[in-house]
Amino acid sequence: MLAKLGLDGHDRGIKVVARMLRDAGMEVIYLGLRQSTDSIVAAAEQEDADAIGLSMHNAGHLTLGPAMLAALDDAGLDIPVVIGGIVPEPDVAVLTRAGVAAVLGPGASAEEVVATVRRVVGRR
Amino acid sequence: MFETVSGVPVDPVYGSGPLPGEYPFTRGLHPDGYRSRLWTMRMFAGFGTAEDTNARFKELLAAGSTGLSTAFDMPTLMGRDSDSPWALGEVGRAGVAVDTLADMEDLFAGIDLGAVSTSMTINGPAAILLAMYIAVAEGNGVARADLAGTIQNDILKEYQAQKEYIYPPRPSMRIVTDVVRFTTAEMPKWHAISISGYHIREAGSTAAQELAFTLANGFAYVEAALAAGENIDDFGRRLSFFFNSHVDFFEEIGKFRAARRIWARWMKERYGATDERAMMCRFHTQTAGVSLTAQQPEVNIARVATQALAAVLGGTQSLHTDSYDEALALPSDTAARIALRTQQVLAHETGVTNVVDPLGGSPFVEWMTDEMERRAEAVFAHLDELGDGSMLEGVYAGIDDGYFVGEIADAAYRFEREVNANRRIIVGVNDFTDGNDDADPGLLRIDQTTEEYQRKRLDAVKTDRNQAEVEAALARVTADAVDSTTNLMPSIIEAVKVYATEEEIAMALESVFGTHVETAIV
Repeated sequence: MLAKLGLDGHDRGIKVVARMLRDAGMEVIYLGLRQSTDSIVAAAEQEDADAIGLSMHNAGHLTLGPAMLAALDDAGLDIPVVIGGIVPEPDVAVLTRAGVAAVLGPGASAEEVVATVRRVVGRR
Repeated sequence: MFETVSGVPVDPVYGSGPLPGEYPFTRGLHPDGYRSRLWTMRMFAGFGTAEDTNARFKELLAAGSTGLSTAFDMPTLMGRDSDSPWALGEVGRAGVAVDTLADMEDLFAGIDLGAVSTSMTINGPAAILLAMYIAVAEGNGVARADLAGTIQNDILKEYQAQKEYIYPPRPSMRIVTDVVRFTTAEMPKWHAISISGYHIREAGSTAAQELAFTLANGFAYVEAALAAGENIDDFGRRLSFFFNSHVDFFEEIGKFRAARRIWARWMKERYGATDERAMMCRFHTQTAGVSLTAQQPEVNIARVATQALAAVLGGTQSLHTDSYDEALALPSDTAARIALRTQQVLAHETGVTNVVDPLGGSPFVEWMTDEMERRAEAVFAHLDELGDGSMLEGVYAGIDDGYFVGEIADAAYRFEREVNANRRIIVGVNDFTDGNDDADPGLLRIDQTTEEYQRKRLDAVKTDRNQAEVEAALARVTADAVDSTTNLMPSIIEAVKVYATEEEIAMALESVFGTHVETAIV
């Protein structure tokens, strides 16, 4: 399940990723722009999502990433969260320590994206 | 005296046929090009609080920048205040946070608004930010008629690419048209819309799609203004454009030349303009942020330089050069300075400013110009048919049925597949990767204290203002929104002057206009 959390409107990357995953044989649900942690939790529960992918290009990842994890935790859902987009290197470790399953930065290849999703889903 | 570095004198223009300054302006808008006036070096800047960005503005002006360009943060772009739950984590991150007139006063403190030209990249809430700019100027004794600059105010491309819309397309067009009518009547030095292909291209379109969608949006604004009873020769002069300069050198130059020719022809032949100034496609250019790589970021300086050269050879009126660290963060001071210096090298060392349209007459460049025009005309024909002879209705239909977003997403995915298959090489990404592990450059970081500071500041402004005045002003905004014959600008100016917040005004309009939610299409 892919979503844009918050106000950030940059959706080129997430749409490309959606097609990459779909072409790799996965079922992809893209919730679209302006999602809240609540709307993502509700959709993930309803659709029984195996993984949640968030795309962030506005430098809000250090706030919004942990907020997403907390919302899933509150709902009692154990679903891995992958963050893609513009995440400077020092922040990757911060997000991983906070519980984000993987971070995919600029220039990640299709193979890398697909392999990462398979890996985090397989770990469940 | 214009001569090469070796002392060879050169003429201002070579070749025959319609020359620069002559309709349809394929070769340029002015007979002597950059000889009498260089392009405006306008660096886009905005981050953190208004004070932070004010300091960057002053640095850029001191370094030789000749115009200001304001980047607002995402909550501001979406009509939300810094204390909105939606603003969480995004205050001051991708631009400067502006909630009330107080922030706008700080943003332009110590800058003579009567002497500088300012561009503001804002669309959904464009009318509100323009009102704040006017209020700051008037507070400092500068009349609105003396203000020079541009407000982006290009809502159509928001539904197609940038996605910073608030209201549905039709009421949004009313706001756009109100700004056009207001500035036409009261602000002779102001550009009412910057019709933007930049974001369409960044979202993934091809060069020809960028050209076609942008000019089609331009035709739609022209039709909306004509329907409102405006005179094409009056408002036509106030329209300006904003294009991307991407990595394929000659394709970009062909695109810029075709843009001038198409716009001139349509304005004259289809819309009946008689004043040549209303036929001129004046444009700002920004180098392609999306072409920059996070890998070996210093290499981006070379990409930016060639893209900037294409914009100059294409005859741009103003230029922003991206900073080499933009694939990683907002520009650091050093990166922003190098980007500006790149323009100064082109302007003062390379000699490309000596001759207008130096590539005109090249068989390849002329063919590419024609080819860009042919491809754009095919899109116009499709939209004209969708709209049953109206480009405005055609653009609405293309928004409603997902035509634009679909075309853009297809092109973006095609490009990505080419890179993935190594059919297209990007240095540092899928080839020439030695050096990718070098330490990252010193990045600009916006810390969480910005958000806390901004919320406290907003609280203080709300405490100090006269609440009854604010409520009365907001009620008038809503009443004017209901009456489609009233221009919204005067009541919005009144509201910002009593320190109504951006979100309060945006919501006063939303209570009448509603909101737009995009259907998510992959």
